[in-house]
Amino acid sequence: MKRGLLAALSIARKDLKTELRTKESLNASASFALVILVLFSFAFDLDRESIYAISGGLLWLVYSFAGALIVNRSFARELPNDCLDVLIASPTPAWSLFLGKAIAAFFLLLIVEAISLPVFGLFYNISWTGVFWPLLLTISLATWGITVVGAAFSAVTVNVRLRELMLPVLLYPVLIPLLIGGMGMTTQLLSGNMAAADRNQYLRQLIAFDAIYTALAVYLIEFVLVV
Amino acid sequence: MLAVAVDRVWKYFGDYPALRGASLSVEPGACLALLGRNGAGKTTLLRILAGLSKPGQGEALILGAPSRDEGVRKRIGYLGHGIGVYDDLSAVENLRLFGRLMEMENPARAADSALERVGLANVKDGLAREFSRGMRQRLAIARAFLHDPDVLFLDEPFTSLDDRAIAVLQRILSEAQARGATIVMSTHQIREAMELASQVALLERGRIVHAGERTAEMLADPTWLYRTFGEAQ
Amino acid sequence: MREKAVYACAIAGIALMVWNLHTIFMGLPNDALQGFIFRIIFIHVPATIAAYCFYTVALVTSILFLARRNFVYDSISVACIEVATVLILVNLVTGSIWGRNQWGVWWAWDLRLTTQLMCFLLYLGYLLVRPAITEPTQRATLSAFIAIFAYADIPLVVMAIRLPNVRTQHPGPVLETGGLAPVYVAPFVIGIFVMLLIGTALILVRLQQESEQREIDSLRRELHAL
Repeated sequence: MKRGLLAALSIARKDLKTELRTKESLNASASFALVILVLFSFAFDLDRESIYAISGGLLWLVYSFAGALIVNRSFARELPNDCLDVLIASPTPAWSLFLGKAIAAFFLLLIVEAISLPVFGLFYNISWTGVFWPLLLTISLATWGITVVGAAFSAVTVNVRLRELMLPVLLYPVLIPLLIGGMGMTTQLLSGNMAAADRNQYLRQLIAFDAIYTALAVYLIEFVLVV
Repeated sequence: MLAVAVDRVWKYFGDYPALRGASLSVEPGACLALLGRNGAGKTTLLRILAGLSKPGQGEALILGAPSRDEGVRKRIGYLGHGIGVYDDLSAVENLRLFGRLMEMENPARAADSALERVGLANVKDGLAREFSRGMRQRLAIARAFLHDPDVLFLDEPFTSLDDRAIAVLQRILSEAQARGATIVMSTHQIREAMELASQVALLERGRIVHAGERTAEMLADPTWLYRTFGEAQ
Repeated sequence: MREKAVYACAIAGIALMVWNLHTIFMGLPNDALQGFIFRIIFIHVPATIAAYCFYTVALVTSILFLARRNFVYDSISVACIEVATVLILVNLVTGSIWGRNQWGVWWAWDLRLTTQLMCFLLYLGYLLVRPAITEPTQRATLSAFIAIFAYADIPLVVMAIRLPNVRTQHPGPVLETGGLAPVYVAPFVIGIFVMLLIGTALILVRLQQESEQREIDSLRRELHAL
């Protein structure tokens, strides 16, 4: 167990290091997020009240689009030079290899989110600093959900024709229950009318999603990687 | 205990069997050349042995354990078609990463000495992407055998290597043999394979049709094996 | 043997359906509140029940495929998912017609409509990705993985649409509360059997196709190997 987690961290560190060097998916994802933010401001002409009512939805649409670009590269990064074979042949168990990839994608998406959140606040005149900590919790939980399902589907589609097209087709329907939770909780946090009972219900939703899919992916990934 | 024991292994792609009950045993310390035409199943068999694929039926044991066993994977070295190094990491970073994944005691020292062995010590901080083709091949060899494996699997190792990389690979293989490691390699380059091999096996349409000692007539006439044991053309 | 089963299921299903439709349209009184349109329930709800039965079968066979690597399980999974997805579509379309008549809108983002739509999208992903994977073992393995992921999503979707900011307007669950008048029970139950029988017949046909497809694939590979 401890060995597996250490290996997962090695792989996550490797992914982060190569990504920060080349910034392939980071640049694409961050600029895509900014473009969508700008586009949305043209799509809706909203007054101050209604902008808060859709704030959570808007933010999570941006984040999930940006997330698909990040996780697309997750396993695809291993394709040149057949590096995936080397990882699978190493004593690292498949689940820790997967976990490493998911952790790296999680931090990469967090970077993109950290860049686009202030821009979002600025463009739409939404103040989020007052609810920073609960917002961070929401973002972390929902982002882990996106990246763990995303990395799993990235492993599934890595050898598939039209990989970039297939990943979103699989990813978004599965993410719906997570995004409903993330959007609702973010909207309520930002508009400042979060009842304690509601908050628990949202947290339960996000945690249940994360727990179920982390467990499923960790348990099943060996079957996907070693056919 | 056998180094490699393949017992009636079948591997299907859909309903099509790429391996049809292949059986093979390799004694520790032997060097086996796995011969056969394209599509005979050489790569499929080697991938099963290296733990990249699972047999549909039958059993493939390496040092007495299934090839997906984590303890055994530590003792296997695999050099496939791809070089298996990251273009955006430096030579030494690549080797340290694999050292850690191989759970070695001291990945940093192993990386340095491996780079020394393949003659890349002077460029150890260069990114793999900036290396020439031959340098990348030598880095791949250093990566595959960084942990001094007890069993080495090589898939077409000599194909498209440059002279210096061939020399490095031959030296590493003979060093491995000297310390008693077992080598299994698939190859087209019959002449080079015959010189290194102590055993040969011929794979034909998913079956091992001949396995045995490498004999003098094989060395003298590389096509002898195909003519004697292979299917009629 | 399989052919006989197909015919048996199809004939039984169709005969039962004709007889049931006759009862539904000729024999039953109109609903006090909804009038004539309520009869859609005898197709709408049984289609869903059959669909979820088939999805559950597909889940079990997907797990079995991963455990045993027998391609029959993969064929059953894909056949069940195809038929179930069509049944979900039947459910969505009939529900939409009913909604237009009763609520005045074709679509409302209510609890069960949303669940059904997401289910449809989830398994649509499965059906779209499958043909993109050319190697059969890989296709079957990855499909099984996707089928398990999709099924796990259903309870989460049900949980999600009960969240505070999601509103619902679907008629209450008549089955659990015993709101279905006794005279409607028999056609309703028969409706479920009709969907299951016809679905099974379609699945058996698809199974035959799948196994023939595998044979063709393997012969083609054999040819390339020569």
